[in-house]
Amino acid sequence: MSDRIREKLNILADAAKYDVSCSSSGGTRKNTNKGLGDSHSSGICHTYTEDGRCVSLLKILLTNHCIFDCAYCVSRKSNDIQRAAFTVEEVVSLTMNFYRRNYIEGLFLSSGIFKNADFTMERLLRVVKKLRLEERFNGYIHLKTIPGASEELIKEAGLYADRMSINLEMPTEAGLRLLAPEKTHQEVITPLDYVQKQIVQFKEERKLIRNVPKFVPAGQSTQMVIGATPETDKEIMQTAHRFYQDFSLKRVYYSGYIPISHDQRLPVIGTQPPLIRENRLYQTDWLMRFYGFHVNEILNDSNPHLDIDIDPKLSWALRNMQYFPVDINTAAYKMILRVPGIGVGSAKKIVQARQFGRLRIDQLKKIGVAYNRARHFIQCADSPIQLRDYQGFQIKAFILAESQSKYLKHDLNQIKLF
Amino acid sequence: MQIYLFDGTTEGLLTAVFEWFERKPGKISLQTKDKHQPDAFYDVMFIHNDSQKASRVWKGLVQKLSKDWIRRLHCCCLAENEETWIALFQFCCNLFTTPAAIQYNYGDPNVLLLSQTAKKVEREKHRMEAFIRFQETADGIYYCGIDPDFNVIPLLQRHFQNRYADQQWIIYDLKRKYGIFYNKQDVQEIQLDLKMGLRSSILPATQQSAQESLYTLLWQDYFKSTNIPARKNTALHIRHVPKRYWKYLTEKQ
Repeated sequence: MSDRIREKLNILADAAKYDVSCSSSGGTRKNTNKGLGDSHSSGICHTYTEDGRCVSLLKILLTNHCIFDCAYCVSRKSNDIQRAAFTVEEVVSLTMNFYRRNYIEGLFLSSGIFKNADFTMERLLRVVKKLRLEERFNGYIHLKTIPGASEELIKEAGLYADRMSINLEMPTEAGLRLLAPEKTHQEVITPLDYVQKQIVQFKEERKLIRNVPKFVPAGQSTQMVIGATPETDKEIMQTAHRFYQDFSLKRVYYSGYIPISHDQRLPVIGTQPPLIRENRLYQTDWLMRFYGFHVNEILNDSNPHLDIDIDPKLSWALRNMQYFPVDINTAAYKMILRVPGIGVGSAKKIVQARQFGRLRIDQLKKIGVAYNRARHFIQCADSPIQLRDYQGFQIKAFILAESQSKYLKHDLNQIKLF
Repeated sequence: MQIYLFDGTTEGLLTAVFEWFERKPGKISLQTKDKHQPDAFYDVMFIHNDSQKASRVWKGLVQKLSKDWIRRLHCCCLAENEETWIALFQFCCNLFTTPAAIQYNYGDPNVLLLSQTAKKVEREKHRMEAFIRFQETADGIYYCGIDPDFNVIPLLQRHFQNRYADQQWIIYDLKRKYGIFYNKQDVQEIQLDLKMGLRSSILPATQQSAQESLYTLLWQDYFKSTNIPARKNTALHIRHVPKRYWKYLTEKQ
């Protein structure tokens, strides 16, 4: 008995690991019924895998049997791998027992499509209903919406799940058509839109009637595979921007493609996953969500790709030297936030601290500003007088010379002639 | 310069602040009793804990500061560190002598030290919330032993009480030799007789429940299968899970 469950867990956790999302934030469920579990608003990462990704949810597939044949997916129909399926009871007991030992924040349940969308969605729904209603489980549940499932099932699932998500898979329609001819972006957009409208409607009703139940309180998210098809960073981030705007998504995840197939349309097995690119995309995502940048400021027709050797904020600053230097003691918060080397925390501290007197370099360093980077873009009370103005590329050379990239082992800082 | 000698507790610190305002001796040096080296040249004043004086100072702090700052001060007290006590003392004195809202002056070294120390304590608390691994004992109590850098158990209580409302559990600080026990009704402070073999955070097999080894194994399996070897990044892994916490982690045994 225990051997079989171990085998199933190995197969179905392995198949689920390519889903990046593991966040458990934004849950508002409270333990009001003396049951098990209570949300932590910022989420908790209970451990990290050896590749440095956080593990906060028990991330498994209900089954890896699938009727689709998407080239980028390990569980595709034509792939010769071991298949398995959990029963509803098995998932429930694993979740409860892991949660009781403080291993996890909750459950991330996804599934291959067996038979059809409704059949699969109905099974997922049975797991979450059993957890919530029979086991009085108040931990976090992230549930995949199965594209094509009926609206009644999706709506019912939304009453028990904290977050729902559907993966966009490829950043552009053309890329998706190439690798998964059976799928379209519209199939993703329809349920995303439906859930979003329900969230808004439930929120409105809650304002009038207090006991209206919560509906997907932690919102929706999606994921795109990066580097399997030849999209530019501009296309990827504009798609992300559109989805953030249209469906108020909490997160868009970017997943560097890890070669798992000999298909000629895809990078060959053994190719390194594009980890730096993925990191730069996340940095851009953060700039859009927390730093007040518009996607077109960072990526546009003259800069369709992000720099690999420097981060997008520094890259933007170097292209827009007309805004700098910024005077730390007088500039608006919005502008301080745009200085490379100053994050949200330091920017807030600066704005509060400067009411008590003009700030000096040593104070900025103690507050937590990355001064070696920021000094090219700021002025404070005791900034040395600079006799000449440096150009963007010169500043870049200074910064690269004194910083060590954790990714680039070889010096890419070669002279460009043209 | 006078030396104020106190016992290294919150009450002692608050009493010291009260005594300072009663006498206004100017600059003093605050020291804890166990770190103090007797000195021939300085005059030493012993601070005798007085809960009335302490609560008067605390009330004053609550009036002057926002909830966030009160929480920060509470965290700093749990840091149990000499440098932080001194910063707390100076911060309190400054706060009551100047009309300005000095708690926002991050250019001031005391304010910065307190906010950074509070952050460290909160981080340790959050790590404990993440890295505590309960083991079910033979009599159905979920046990975990910890030895955190700071005395964070008072901060952990509410989180675990809300979360594990339907099971009995014990969190035990092996370094400070006390713990909390939840009996499905309320939380009690307990002291265990550690001769029973509960010296480390992992329970000996004889005291575990029958199911425990299966779930340990399943969790270790899960941890392995969810890793993507092609993305191996050991430096990042260690940054997120520093090695000193590995002793708690079931998946790292």
